Amino acid sequence: MSLADKDRIFTNLYGFQDWRLKAAQARGDWDDTKALLAKGQDSIIDDMKASGLRGRGGAGFPTGMKWSFMPKESKDGRPSFLVINADESEPGSCKDREIMRHDPHKLIEGALVAGFAMRARAAYIYIRGEYIREAETLQKAIDEAYDAGFIGKNACGSGYDYDVFLHRGAGAYICGEETALIESLEGKKGQPRLKPPFPAGAGLYGCPTTVNNVESIAVVPTILRRGPSWFASFGREKNDGTKLFQISGHVEKPCVVEEEMSIPFRELIERHCGGVRGGWDNLLAVIPGGSSVPLVPAEQIMDCPMDFDGLKELGSGLGTAAVIVMDKSTDIVRAISRISYFYKHESCGQCTPCREGTGWMWRVMKRLETGDADIDEIDMLQTVTKQVEGHTICALGDAAAWPIQGLIRHFRPELERRIAERGEGLAQAAE
Amino acid sequence: MPKVTVDGQEIDAPDGATVLQACELAGKEIPRFCYHERLSIAGNCRMCLVEVKPGPPKPQASCALPATEGQEIRTDTPMVRAAREGVMEFLLINHPLDCPICDQGGECDLQDQSVAYGRGGSRYHENKRAVTEKYMGPLIKTIMTRCIHCTRCVRFSEEIAGVDEIGALYRGEDMQITTYLEQAAQHELSANVIDLCPVGALTSRPYAYEARPWELKKTLSIDVSDAVGANIRLDSRGREVMRALPRINDDVNEEWISDKARYQVDGLTARRLDRVWMRAKKGGKLAPASWEEAFDAIVKAAKKGGEGSIAAVAGDLVDCETMFAAKRLLAELGSDKLEGRQTGLDYDCSSLAGIAFNSTLAGIETADAILIVGSQVRHEAPLINVRLRKAAKRGAKIFLIGPEWDTTFACEFLGEDAGLLHDLPGHVADAFKDAARPAIIVGPGGLAAGALHPALSLANDWNLVRDVDGEAWNGFNVIHTAAARMGAVMLGYAQKGGIKDVVDAAPAVLLSLGADSLDYGAFDKSLKVYIGHHGDAGAHAADIILPAASYAEKDGTYVNTEGRVQFAEKAVFAPGDAREDWTILRALADAFGVTVGFDSFAQLQSAMIEAVPALGEEGIAPLGKLPKGKKTPKAKGAITYPIVDPYLTNPIARASATMQRCSAELVHGEEMLEAAE
Repeated sequence: MSLADKDRIFTNLYGFQDWRLKAAQARGDWDDTKALLAKGQDSIIDDMKASGLRGRGGAGFPTGMKWSFMPKESKDGRPSFLVINADESEPGSCKDREIMRHDPHKLIEGALVAGFAMRARAAYIYIRGEYIREAETLQKAIDEAYDAGFIGKNACGSGYDYDVFLHRGAGAYICGEETALIESLEGKKGQPRLKPPFPAGAGLYGCPTTVNNVESIAVVPTILRRGPSWFASFGREKNDGTKLFQISGHVEKPCVVEEEMSIPFRELIERHCGGVRGGWDNLLAVIPGGSSVPLVPAEQIMDCPMDFDGLKELGSGLGTAAVIVMDKSTDIVRAISRISYFYKHESCGQCTPCREGTGWMWRVMKRLETGDADIDEIDMLQTVTKQVEGHTICALGDAAAWPIQGLIRHFRPELERRIAERGEGLAQAAE
Repeated sequence: MPKVTVDGQEIDAPDGATVLQACELAGKEIPRFCYHERLSIAGNCRMCLVEVKPGPPKPQASCALPATEGQEIRTDTPMVRAAREGVMEFLLINHPLDCPICDQGGECDLQDQSVAYGRGGSRYHENKRAVTEKYMGPLIKTIMTRCIHCTRCVRFSEEIAGVDEIGALYRGEDMQITTYLEQAAQHELSANVIDLCPVGALTSRPYAYEARPWELKKTLSIDVSDAVGANIRLDSRGREVMRALPRINDDVNEEWISDKARYQVDGLTARRLDRVWMRAKKGGKLAPASWEEAFDAIVKAAKKGGEGSIAAVAGDLVDCETMFAAKRLLAELGSDKLEGRQTGLDYDCSSLAGIAFNSTLAGIETADAILIVGSQVRHEAPLINVRLRKAAKRGAKIFLIGPEWDTTFACEFLGEDAGLLHDLPGHVADAFKDAARPAIIVGPGGLAAGALHPALSLANDWNLVRDVDGEAWNGFNVIHTAAARMGAVMLGYAQKGGIKDVVDAAPAVLLSLGADSLDYGAFDKSLKVYIGHHGDAGAHAADIILPAASYAEKDGTYVNTEGRVQFAEKAVFAPGDAREDWTILRALADAFGVTVGFDSFAQLQSAMIEAVPALGEEGIAPLGKLPKGKKTPKAKGAITYPIVDPYLTNPIARASATMQRCSAELVHGEEMLEAAE
């Protein structure tokens, strides 16, 4: 079982063809979008629910259900907005970038259809600041779509007025958190908001807002064209559809590839990446969903289905499906320590546990790299991660805690070995 | 009214209450740092975590969570305890443990809460963070290493003061609170962030290392730096007032005071009059004298002038008792020449309602259309400006007549000429016609331009006195600048022609009760007796100086611009030979050989209350009906604001080193820079 070429949604993922409007239309984008819109808002949302699409940004919340939280009519004159999260900053993730630079019209068409379904006035695409060429491409594609009358006044001849705006971020990871993204979009310091109120009630400029990942939006037109049951035919139950996997690290050929959900890990690596460097016996551990999910040791992940529930059972998560493969040459403590530094650097500083905890955790991790610690500091580090996890405004605190918890859970002997080794070295030197 | 249970105790939470408020109603203490009743909810300190069912299986920030029907709140579970302990530990790992030399010590939220909720030991062995100092001006001292990033100061300056001055830079553990470009905080309420700061990051610069809070005597007092009558607490040690802090009074100052009210107190020990002085016949220089000599000279001069040839002018800071004692004395001597408006204003004082802030300070927040005539509110009554900002935020339309100033709320300046009152643009009149709670505010600039009666006429035309939702609404307001003004008017210190009537009477003796803005040149022929506490303009012009007590050194009654009667208590003793004002006047009565009917402060007070019963009861005095305005004479001429330098408006402030520094740096800073070039 493997995804056939005819079932691929992203047919220009690798940029072998032109990204411009004409080529995109040849690939089937913007094909009678008016008819898609003519299905009506409720019908589109029902289709999305039936397709079983779960948010591709990492949390995996059902997309159709998310849209249904938006108000059906504005009681006080406030417009609704769709915000598309293109602030792809999770270490390991690189899927949205491929969509935006090679298949931007999929995203723009999706923005129109999704925005129409949730009765939004406009879509704001918040793109990561470092994606300079991608922003240029996307802006040109938006201009093309305006010129062709696909968006703007009377979009696609449907009678619906719809705008798409591109906004470039300034390079903060936290602005990928949906409420921090909204703050940043409003021109404020990128700091997550308290929930409730949720964005669907009061989001961008206090108006009802839905924030969706680029991939979640880009797949919408194809799902509607080919039917929800087609999409739901892939993957295990509750883990439907196809997904862009981004495999990096110690594999022969790292790549981004569209595959069926629930594909076993071994098959994913063998088929698309040419296997693990040095063979399967050389595999040490895998971070299956971007830097914020706990790592999974080799023996557990080999035959695991790559989907939300399969990885959850292993105490990890699918996240954005950014698979980071590490072979036995990896200094696993150093790797997690580096991730710790990332979260320390990217914490917004608003709430206490994350602001103070990320720095503390990183400093202890730094010492554990060389074993410069006491054995009981491992337990202390574990309690500190627990003091951060679940006590913060947004999920960055959790994301900072999980990789360390994964390390302690699976590689505690390695940590103890380093401490003991350093102790012996010191004892010898003292003699 | 959602029904919730807190630790098994069922209570009805008010609509719109948060879980934190519900817990407090149930008598549970919830620790917090960032939450403050008068600021928006930030939810960032994470100290107020509680367990709530139904909800996710993790602790919730109670300050930000609305209380809803059927919630089961636990504040005493191991999860909650662990969460508090964890947050406390995080706050302390980068907090310097310099409590012994910290000015916040003893009144520090972090200290108190770490006693109650901390771990009792440290597990943190890394280096602590250090943050460079930030300059925030002459009033606020910063030790930013102590900052716990609660953002109360940021929210205060943004929301209450309306000045975007303080904010956060950088992110994560490198986040720093600072002022914009590290300039001094420049608004008139800036020092309130010191009270808001839960730790010792923002402390008082003038008070730095002066005292520990537990060695201070705390006295309830009333601020006299403006006519709002902010409720303050004077903290004193020995004979010195160390600092002034706000008391909570939602009707008056909420929880804030102006920088002047807070920091003029160091002027109480400078330039004080602490002995009797008399001007020598030869050379005209002041020389020390005894009380007897001074009293003899006064009596002699008064006798020479004949029956009733004596007048009294009240200064801006005096209490009602002093004014009443002087009035009694003058009455015994056959004079009623009493005046309080030193600068020559002669507006009509026949009705109290006609010169009071009738809508009340809290009420003006609810006004939906406001016309301000001749008031630089930020200088004249900073705390009223806070209320106006609230009104504007609620959607009130605010129009101003007078020179433009830097408002902190959305408004429209109509022009500088007072004559505009008779010729308002159509949209202004329309706004007032549509308004449910219209209000007019006449400031001192307006009073000087003769705008009182035209404004009263407008009040009549626009029907400013009405019933709104069954409540009486009177939208006619006057802002005074002198703490003594309303009390003075109630005690009859208002001649029909103002100070001119007193000048025309040419009294042989002029009693000046701390009057420092008076034009003494007009009283050439009179013996000028200054009864006051500071060597300011009045003392310079006086022939005889009798040293008296400041507001901190005597009990007294004050009436604010609303007509609200408030009592202040004596915090310290006056320095040297200085006496409480009433005792001087009582002794003077003996010298004159007349009986004034009181021998003690209590007797004086009861005599005063007997004469003016309203002064005996705290709260707003009965003001009477709003008078109808006279159509003539018309208001005319460009309005000017009387306060040029808001930091130096009274003798105490002028003597205060802190206020002088504020004036130099914040008012004249640019001029100084230019001069240096």
